[in-house]
Amino acid sequence: MTTLDAVHVNQATKRFEAKKGDGVTALDEVNLTIRAGEFVSLIGPSGCGKSTLLRLIADLDQPTAGSVTVFGKTARQARLDQDYGIAFQSAGLLPWRTVAANIELPLQLHRVAPAKRALKVAELMSLVGLADFAESFPDQLSGGMQQRVAIARSLAESPELLLMDEPFGALDEMTRERMQTELVRICAETGAAVVFVTHSIPEAVFLSDRVVVMSPRPGRIVAIVDVALGEARGEMLREEEGFFDSVTEVREALHRVPGGAGETVRPDGAARGVDLR
Amino acid sequence: MSGTGGTLRRIALGALALVLLAAIWEGYKAVGPAGGVDLAGLQLLPRTTDLAMPHIHEMIARALEPVNSSAGSAPVWTSVLLAALSSLGTASVGLLLGAVVGITLALVMQRLPIAETAMLPWLVLSQTVPLIALAPLIVSWGGRVQIGALEWERWMSVAVIAAYLAFFPIAIGALRGLQSPDRNHTELFHSYAAGWWRTLLYLRLPASVPYLLPALRLGAASAIIGTVVAEVSTGAKGGIGRLIIEYAQSGSSDPAKAYSPIAAAVLMGLAAAGIVALAGLGVKRYRRNEVTA
Amino acid sequence: MRSLALRSALPPVVLGVLVLVAWQLVVELGDIQPYLLPAPTAILTQLVLVLPVLWAALLATGSNALIGLVAGAVLAIGMALLASRLGFIDELLTPIVAAVAVVPIVALAPVLTTMYGATSETPRRVIVAIVVFVPVFINTLRGLRQVRPVHRDLMRAYAATNWQVSRTVTIPGALPYVFTGLNIASSLAVISAIVAEYFGGLQNGLGSRITSAAANSAYPRAWAYVFGAILLGVVFYLGTLAIERAVSRRTAR
Repeated sequence: MTTLDAVHVNQATKRFEAKKGDGVTALDEVNLTIRAGEFVSLIGPSGCGKSTLLRLIADLDQPTAGSVTVFGKTARQARLDQDYGIAFQSAGLLPWRTVAANIELPLQLHRVAPAKRALKVAELMSLVGLADFAESFPDQLSGGMQQRVAIARSLAESPELLLMDEPFGALDEMTRERMQTELVRICAETGAAVVFVTHSIPEAVFLSDRVVVMSPRPGRIVAIVDVALGEARGEMLREEEGFFDSVTEVREALHRVPGGAGETVRPDGAARGVDLR
Repeated sequence: MSGTGGTLRRIALGALALVLLAAIWEGYKAVGPAGGVDLAGLQLLPRTTDLAMPHIHEMIARALEPVNSSAGSAPVWTSVLLAALSSLGTASVGLLLGAVVGITLALVMQRLPIAETAMLPWLVLSQTVPLIALAPLIVSWGGRVQIGALEWERWMSVAVIAAYLAFFPIAIGALRGLQSPDRNHTELFHSYAAGWWRTLLYLRLPASVPYLLPALRLGAASAIIGTVVAEVSTGAKGGIGRLIIEYAQSGSSDPAKAYSPIAAAVLMGLAAAGIVALAGLGVKRYRRNEVTA
Repeated sequence: MRSLALRSALPPVVLGVLVLVAWQLVVELGDIQPYLLPAPTAILTQLVLVLPVLWAALLATGSNALIGLVAGAVLAIGMALLASRLGFIDELLTPIVAAVAVVPIVALAPVLTTMYGATSETPRRVIVAIVVFVPVFINTLRGLRQVRPVHRDLMRAYAATNWQVSRTVTIPGALPYVFTGLNIASSLAVISAIVAEYFGGLQNGLGSRITSAAANSAYPRAWAYVFGAILLGVVFYLGTLAIERAVSRRTAR
């Protein structure tokens, strides 16, 4: 039995037209296949189209040409069928709802029975380690905690595909590393496929099975790096040699990306706009 | 700003402000010229005779005395209070009507951007129409218009005018509130395949509460103003507006009486604002400010 | 740019024309009585007939509104400047302004008439001034208070004097807010000037013309005066808008 591919992007192109002058080609005939249960990161300098690609998969935007299928359906149908969960860079929690009510939101919207909702919410809160904060409001939580709520919410309907757009971007480094470890654990438990947009090479390597390197203007995939660090990824992984090798491989792939935000390219040819820490 | 210490302080300051105003009044009366102060034909400061500017204690004393010399006449403050309550009732009907119309318009304008573009300029223009000016015209509907079994009474004209004044700030506040959720939230709901109705119930309406409350406060004040003025134009019996005019007509002989209904109108305005504030307490959880992660 | 302006002007104009046409049709076909709603054509006829009287009334009401507007605005801006500097003035004024904002100021008209005499123009101007004071004061104070922290820190780093800070940062930053207040105040000024006439006193403005026309059952004429009132309101509104444009162009953001 063949499992359906989670995502299949076929010759997807996205152009944004401007009123005056030329438009912007955010994505130019991009092809990508993501298998079920696979963790894939999208990385590249500003303007390389990684967020746009994520939005096409989420049906938050439509491609100008080409197609995007999710579990064999169109992106739109997948959205209507609620086949994916999504988390944005800003947690986007509703300020008037408690943590529990925020996690419950998609379930409420889709008319799940109250008893089932309560059960699922309890399960998710312990999954992300926030069981004690069920009745707190978002403004009482730290940034990291709010993101955990957002992640719990994205898992509410047990989706087989998770879409995440730089969810840890606004967090400090220490919290970020903690959240990465959490996310790896959660994904191992749920077995969902993940498309993860990030600016950070170490983050991409730590989390993913494959890292997709993109370049800007027009947005294209320049390289796909396999990260063979195994299923179990613990805290100490960041200090292993295999980890550094993969980070180097991704960094060098990014070096081959023509200059990022500006026309000037740094002397060592490194791409700009990417976190090289 | 919150807490009992803050509230006590604000009440004390309010009382102090009142005392200061009274002091300015009596002070000017004591030192000002009897004929007022003129400047190139324009009167700047009022006359200070007891007829033109009664003493504050005279105003209070007059409020406790009967309205007129006819037998069984109730004290001024009683008739004024009853009239104020009646007007408050009319204003409430007007506010309710205005709120329904205003929120409905806001919903339509949020749903259909073309409706917003087409209607908004006219709505803004509507506020330059002194519909209060049309009060006499609306009153003339009285006795000749029948909606089913309901005969049009004078106070209904007043309520319509109050509603007209109230609906605009409520519509604008509601529209801003409904449009306030940022892209993050609207895209989240789009990703949940939630339609317009569900997005309204779960996102836009809760998000609009911090905008609706000040708009309702403004609407309540407008409804009160509309009620008082409309009552004056229409001569509606039993309302405070009529009393203001009536008591003012004996202004040359009985100046202190006229201040009672005015004080009552002021209290009405404060009461309306207070009621809206109370309503705001019930929806506190919707007024938590958003904190981004 | 031009097409954008056209596109946003077109729908309201179209709506307006549609409403006018529908109005005329409804009145004619539905045989609506004039006391309910006169036809636009009847109103137009009356408008032409009473033009001289309308003009005189416009001048009277307009001057009341203008004088009240200027007086109230000047007072409000001055008090706001004081309140932003001296905390105790701010604390005293806040309850008064909050109360004035929710009470029907026009109710003061009768006692003002008693105070100043029945032939004085001043009561109406005082009422307009008070009504105008509230939005201009609130908005100006808000504007004076919202210095961006980064600008405040910059001025501190330059060891700028209070006056320098006011001139370069606070006042220019507050101007948009002042104009917001003036915009609101302009329409309120016209309406208050008209409404104040209903409470007695001098009867030479639009308010009294409207009521007397209505009292004589000359409804199309009353609506014609109302139209004049709308025009006056629009003129005031556009006037404050024009001043705002003129000033803002020189202090570009």
